[in-house]
Amino acid sequence: MSRDIYVVAEQRDGEIAKVAFELIGEATKLAADLEQKVVGILIGDHIKDKAQSLIDAGADSVVVIEDKMLAEYVTEPYTKAITAVIKECDPEIILFGATSIGRDLAPRVASRVHTGLTADCTKLDIDVWKATPEDEGQKLLFMTRPAFGGNIMATILCKYYRPQMATVRPGVMKKLIADHTRTGEIKELKVNFEPLDMNVVIREVVKEKHKKVDITEAKVLISGGRGIGSPEFYTTLQEVADILGGEISSSRANVDAGWIARERQVGQTGKTVRPELYMACGISGAIQHVAGMEGSDCVIAINKNDTAAIFDVSDLGIVGDVKVIIPKLIDALKKYKVANA
Amino acid sequence: MKIVVCIKQVPDTNEVKLDPITNTLIRDGVPSIINHDDKSGIEAALVLKERFGGTVSVVCMGPPQADVALREALAMGCDEAYLVSAREFGGSDTWATASIISAALKNIGYDLVITGRQAIDGDTAQVGPQIAETLGIPQVSYAEEIYDIEDGNKVIVKRQFEDRYHIIEVKMPCLLTALAELATPRYMHAGGIIDAYEKDVKLLGFDDLKDQLVPEYIGLKGSPTNVFKSFTKQAKGTGTILKDLSPDEAVEAIIAKLDERHII
Repeated sequence: MSRDIYVVAEQRDGEIAKVAFELIGEATKLAADLEQKVVGILIGDHIKDKAQSLIDAGADSVVVIEDKMLAEYVTEPYTKAITAVIKECDPEIILFGATSIGRDLAPRVASRVHTGLTADCTKLDIDVWKATPEDEGQKLLFMTRPAFGGNIMATILCKYYRPQMATVRPGVMKKLIADHTRTGEIKELKVNFEPLDMNVVIREVVKEKHKKVDITEAKVLISGGRGIGSPEFYTTLQEVADILGGEISSSRANVDAGWIARERQVGQTGKTVRPELYMACGISGAIQHVAGMEGSDCVIAINKNDTAAIFDVSDLGIVGDVKVIIPKLIDALKKYKVANA
Repeated sequence: MKIVVCIKQVPDTNEVKLDPITNTLIRDGVPSIINHDDKSGIEAALVLKERFGGTVSVVCMGPPQADVALREALAMGCDEAYLVSAREFGGSDTWATASIISAALKNIGYDLVITGRQAIDGDTAQVGPQIAETLGIPQVSYAEEIYDIEDGNKVIVKRQFEDRYHIIEVKMPCLLTALAELATPRYMHAGGIIDAYEKDVKLLGFDDLKDQLVPEYIGLKGSPTNVFKSFTKQAKGTGTILKDLSPDEAVEAIIAKLDERHII
């Protein structure tokens, strides 16, 4: 019988992606509802020494598959590895990060083992589903995801096929605080890779030198929309971000206008962020934008228009001109720092 | 070289709304377009044809109205168009859709299959890789640039990740999923539009494909996943909104909030 929740822990160059820890954190909650265990899947070359970090993060055990062929991500060998875990362990649920690797790998695996896959989930729950009212029901994974550009949310079920599979959007789930006293089994699974499994040739791997800014990691985001008036104003917002130890981000319009790099875009077609502080400067708050930032702990919005939708999701809304308020805020923050140093 | 581009006709997302009573999508009066990534795939295919020769076929699964999308692809310069359409195909999830399109591709023949990375309505990015798996051919997803075709059968392609890119050599038959950055679609030209309506869009229905698929594994009933419910998003609660403050008062209010939340 299918059992347990497996989390594919994505790694690049031996470093485990943050989303893996987020998924393990979420999986511990789902596993409690199912009364089952959380198992990490770690795939790579010389990667076994990273397995304990998954246990520290909440996994009960870890399955490790190591091979030279797994050093850099390639679809086929990775698909073969995950498929081997499914055959060997018969998981109830498998979660992947909805990264470019997760979204390349998961559909290939789902297709191979003939099961359902739900893409880019933002909410997961365990609940009872009944085919008929008299039915005693079964506990299923309720997978909720945005569709139609975030205008509509859909909850998807995979009733009759196992494992139930989902890719989950990075930055949405919360990781647990690592507990270094935890222990768990780390077992290796041997998979026989053949030269033919490497069905493409990687001629070159080019790591972007200028490490891309990851706004999903920032504790504070100072975000600019149309209302900031010009691309130069991002320099002013950057000053606020520097004082508060954060990053600048943007709504879609300014990215499309070329005012700021796409990697800083928040929203449905950009990134989902949940910083401690999200300061929305001259952002009207279209639903696609709100979808990407409503999980923030504290939202402060400044907008000239008192009917702007951003105010509906703000802890503090200021009706006023960002171009006047922000420079004054910078002065005030500097003074505050000196006074409280 | 036979290039086949798989496209989807999608509604213009921002205009889509749920009927408040039936909770289903209101599609009436919503304009339909070729999905952006798919259109970029068409352009990339046409450029390959111009550089290396061959033909470009275009395939669309959907209702009869998807004929318009295929005509547009013909007007851009594609050689032939196939509409994959049948009542039995309706309600398919990505697994079932991939098996139907794969059946069509076996029927049509292919060396290089190009799909868009993802459609703007479903946003799953799953059908491309699932077609590749069903056909048993390698995939290179997130293709940002096609550099060359070497020895008549090796595609050299740049594949984008978050923090790096790979330059990959993949032998045909294979499948690429196109990012919008792969190519900027050309406009239809007047002659092309006239030609497009003189050409046939070939229909591939259930009977044409039934030998290449498992009828129990298609449509709403044959799909591993089903939509349990759909709903419009709920907004986060409103906090305090302050109007008619002087800039200094506004700054004071912000500082007070930052202090209260221990951000400063």
